[in-house]
Amino acid sequence: MAKFASSVSKQAGAAMNWLDDRLPVTKFWNATMTGYMAPKNFNFWYYMGSLALLVLVIQIFSGILLTMHYKPSATEAFASVEYIMRDVEWGWLIRYLHTTGASFFFILIYLHMFRSLLYGSHKAPRELLWVFGMFIYLALMAEAFLGYILPWGQMSYWGAQVIINLFGALPKIGEPLTQWIRGDYFISDATLNRFFALHVIAVPLALLGLVLLHLVALRENGSNNPDGIEIKANKDADGIPLDGIPFHPYYTVKDIFGVGMFLILFCFVLFFWPEAGGIFLEHDNFIPANPLVTPEHIKPVWYFTPFYAILKAVPDKLMGVVMMGASVMILFFLPWLDRSPVKSIRYRGMWYKVLLALFTIAFVRLGLLGMAEGTPAQTWEMRVWTLVYFMFFVLLFFMSPGGKTKPEPDRVTD
Amino acid sequence: MKKFATYLFIAALFLPVAGTTAFASGGAGVQHSGANTEDTASLQRGAKWYVNYCLGCHTLSYQRYNRLAKDLDLSEEMVMQNLVYSDAKFADTMEIAMDPDQAESWFGKTPPDLSLIGRSRGADWLYSYLLAFYQDENGGWNNTLLPNAAMPHVLWRLQGIQTPVYRTETTESGYSHEVIDHFELTTPGTQSHEEFEETARDIAAFLEYVGDPAKLQRKGIGIWVMLFLVLFTFIAYLLKVEYWRDVH
Repeated sequence: MAKFASSVSKQAGAAMNWLDDRLPVTKFWNATMTGYMAPKNFNFWYYMGSLALLVLVIQIFSGILLTMHYKPSATEAFASVEYIMRDVEWGWLIRYLHTTGASFFFILIYLHMFRSLLYGSHKAPRELLWVFGMFIYLALMAEAFLGYILPWGQMSYWGAQVIINLFGALPKIGEPLTQWIRGDYFISDATLNRFFALHVIAVPLALLGLVLLHLVALRENGSNNPDGIEIKANKDADGIPLDGIPFHPYYTVKDIFGVGMFLILFCFVLFFWPEAGGIFLEHDNFIPANPLVTPEHIKPVWYFTPFYAILKAVPDKLMGVVMMGASVMILFFLPWLDRSPVKSIRYRGMWYKVLLALFTIAFVRLGLLGMAEGTPAQTWEMRVWTLVYFMFFVLLFFMSPGGKTKPEPDRVTD
Repeated sequence: MKKFATYLFIAALFLPVAGTTAFASGGAGVQHSGANTEDTASLQRGAKWYVNYCLGCHTLSYQRYNRLAKDLDLSEEMVMQNLVYSDAKFADTMEIAMDPDQAESWFGKTPPDLSLIGRSRGADWLYSYLLAFYQDENGGWNNTLLPNAAMPHVLWRLQGIQTPVYRTETTESGYSHEVIDHFELTTPGTQSHEEFEETARDIAAFLEYVGDPAKLQRKGIGIWVMLFLVLFTFIAYLLKVEYWRDVH
């Protein structure tokens, strides 16, 4: 038996050598997993990246299964979704995986981005890592918007109507541009067809490419950590960072635990609360799209509402569109707006904690207000938080170079 | 001080948004129905009421009779004898014989398909809607939840006839107008008040089921999925602790 086992392992080794001579499998594994040194002090916030990758896989997998049964046609789309929900074997599971996955994708990405604000992960030398991440976020927003039209319910139709009409606010090119996007004079079968094509092929391809760039850029400089200091500054005689541990097996094992915790939450929503009270799946989207009947209260899905609130807060339509665009685009420049000499919130002064707390409140409040009907009192509250949102970046730019800091430690603290 | 700041931060995040019903699907006039899709007997009664009183006008074009039988613990025989009045087959969807164009000329509006009404309106709204019909001064039907609804009070023989009792309300600017204070049962029906509430609850529960039939299965499967995940995560945690023993 022992002889047999050793013979098998010898054969396997030979096969691996054969493969390695032709494809750098072991080299790649060593460079990116076992030989890749990650700081040993990752906390809760460092689960989000790998979990987002997991959700991307869930979305692609469930999406492929959905396309096998879905019909991208204005007359059949709504019924085909119900066909999936009722007549396709496990169809309800496939669809709820995809709808729950969409919302959880954004939850994870928002937490992932917030982590960067906490520990300064966007700062040099990781600016490009952040910029690629922002492109992923933009692609994700496009993907979500395009996908939301596919069930062809009332919110699909009228939500798309509102968003596409935003481009109409641009002077001169506005009208022709909206027509070009829709492929028709109004949202129609042509619009649904092209959105389907973009949703299942174009944007996912871009997304995968960007995720790859994001990971390559991450492996180049290595992860930041909650102390915001470079572990490469302290190396042992062999050139291994003293505070670094191999990504595999330490973080792969830790991430498996994270996956378990995440799936408990994810599956709870999927199996027991898939509509999430009308937040993840909106009530009005269970009514088939009807171009002649406008729903009482049109709003985008929750992950867009902070930006939608900024749009609504500005009285002028064109200015509103510009401000909304700016509220997303300004994030691209974060690495250069934040000029603080230290990265982590742990060693920044009180001023940063207050700024970040206000910014976080502004973002969440705008999200809640963006879902609401829009009473005059709410409009005023949206204006206040819109101001706070933008002031965060302005104050960060001016306060970060001279703001009070605490001394950073030489080695990571826990 | 630090703790206080943290509490303040959390409170500011989730302070309710002033003057909004963003999270409620209903709004004013919607009562709690107590509809329960896990109560098979209630769903069976609801199916019976629906077929007898609603299916004349409202299709359920996504709901199949055989699926209904399976989910509501009914045999093919029971369904075909008691619930199918048309020449529909057991595997057919619950369609109606009424022509949509004719229906529009009769009611002013084609009665909508109700396959997904349980999801767009919710059981509580449906329950309240069925209880909110009254006969106005002109002898016509009206509804407080959906004023001037095109639908007549189909269940009036069961509930009886309610007529409104008005009271005068004066606004701040001095105008007075009449509003409905409460209903009075002027003609009794075949059911008592409590019995009719149960009927409305059964229909609401049935329509909630029709909106998402998989709901009955998914909760049962969900419990096993959760148990597996808890066990999996516990083992993953032990594995993590074991691997990390030599770090620090």
